Amino acid sequence: MRLASICILAVWLVAVVFGRWLGMSPNHIDLNAILQLPDARHWLGTDDLGRDILARVLHGVEVSLSVAMMVTVITMAIGVSIGLLAGTLGGRLDSNLMRLTDVFLAFPGMLLAIAFAAVLGAGINNLMLALCMTGWVSYARLSRGQALALRARPHVLAAFSLGAGPVRVMYRHVLPLMLSLLLVEATYSMASVMIAEASLSFLGLGIQPPQASWGAMLRDAVRFMLVAPHYVLAVGFCMMSLILAINLGGDWLRDRLDVRSEGQL
Amino acid sequence: MIKRLMALFPVLFGVLLITFALLHLVPGDPVDVMLGESASQADRTVLRETLGLNQTLPEQFAHYLQQLLQGDLGLSIQTRTPITQLLIQAYPATLALAATALIIGVLVGVPLGIASALKAGGWLDILVTLFSIRLAAMPAFWLGPVLMLIFAIWLGWLPVSGMDSPVAIILPALTLGLGLSAILTRMTRISLLEVLNEDYIRTARAKGLSEQAVMFKHALRAALLPLVTIIGLQMGSLLAGAVITETIFSWDGIGKLLVESIEKRDYPVTQACVLVVSLSYVLVNLCTDLLYRWLDPRTRGAG
Repeated sequence: MRLASICILAVWLVAVVFGRWLGMSPNHIDLNAILQLPDARHWLGTDDLGRDILARVLHGVEVSLSVAMMVTVITMAIGVSIGLLAGTLGGRLDSNLMRLTDVFLAFPGMLLAIAFAAVLGAGINNLMLALCMTGWVSYARLSRGQALALRARPHVLAAFSLGAGPVRVMYRHVLPLMLSLLLVEATYSMASVMIAEASLSFLGLGIQPPQASWGAMLRDAVRFMLVAPHYVLAVGFCMMSLILAINLGGDWLRDRLDVRSEGQL
Repeated sequence: MIKRLMALFPVLFGVLLITFALLHLVPGDPVDVMLGESASQADRTVLRETLGLNQTLPEQFAHYLQQLLQGDLGLSIQTRTPITQLLIQAYPATLALAATALIIGVLVGVPLGIASALKAGGWLDILVTLFSIRLAAMPAFWLGPVLMLIFAIWLGWLPVSGMDSPVAIILPALTLGLGLSAILTRMTRISLLEVLNEDYIRTARAKGLSEQAVMFKHALRAALLPLVTIIGLQMGSLLAGAVITETIFSWDGIGKLLVESIEKRDYPVTQACVLVVSLSYVLVNLCTDLLYRWLDPRTRGAG
């Protein structure tokens, strides 16, 4: 499992670097060669404008991964800060913040992100904004649970009684103990942000043409499914392999770092 | 029980507040965005008036709540039909889709999970685990087209899209249900394995009960209980997944209505769809909570 995950990730890395190095052009239009089946020149065939699908997939990976990384880092920073604050300080602030997360959790899955992206307007920045506005909640929940469990630890009590302020205690004494859990969580959330980004782009709310993105490519591919099934299959398999590899990597990290589930520290 | 119901109010209020705020998140003037640059001044004034945008924010929110209580969600900007009517037309389709997907998810996921837990480490277990993680990595907008390609285009067994015949529900429901079944398989397996390690299972075996009686009378009952909560929570991804699935299969439900309203910038409809789907989700989770309390003798009558 671990080997498979590493192999897939390595293949992707090499492919992206080589794609750059070979100067593959994801936006080169060739109307004489539209929707062609895979051949020696176009390994995954061409799309409805004669663009090379492989080049576009590779470009899409870069976009997808960078969006996923940015969103994960931002949502984690916001969510963990809020969760730590609530968990360490407790009291009124805690119950109010948790009530806020309850409200966000009352919206099913991606729905709120779709709604935010819809009203903010399409585009990569608004897409990330929409994903950040909804993504912090799970981190806030997770880190609050951890902070509550860690608050009773002797070293935290000692830090408090030595006169350390709550912010210092939060970042110096509570946060380091939950880093491995957050790392595992971040890996899984990379995969889910990638799916979310692709979903929004699929609905036309995310990355705009001509920039390549998996969601937008799948949207086009579905339109041409009758005449060119290789298009939808190629893009889908690429996407699935990467998401699978990231999730398997997360599983491996979880076992390796021996992270137990919430509140069991 | 009463506490659980009381906790509902702040959540509902928050949901309403966020749905209300959606219209105000539109960058610039929502009226310009909805009507476009070429709209006449008179049209703009009328729309601003009907949306109540010239009132103060608290006034607007109060007005919004008041209208909601009367079951009035306003008019669609594009078609001038009452939004309530659009929702009433679309809701049963989404409900049917979600219910069918749920049935598929449970019928596929739970037996597979039980089978793989009973033979943990065996070839069936490995096969099922591989199958379920692969499925979990297949989002609706990829699984849907693949199913469509295989069963509708290549094999020609089922209609490609639309909802003209009763069998048309199979593909969209499979798209949603298989994803759910992957999660339920994993959860059933974990839950059952945990229960089988409990002391009371050993006691049941020690007192000479047959393996069947141990399974059906003791283990399964306890193992399947947490699934009620998980299914409730998964309804969230099911409902959100319905947005994409309905779009792919031209299924005239709330999800398709939502996507169309976004494309036409018919924001009042967008707002209403988000609200209805979220309220359904809140309701489903309330029901699963109550059901859990009723099913589990340990929590019955508590809280």
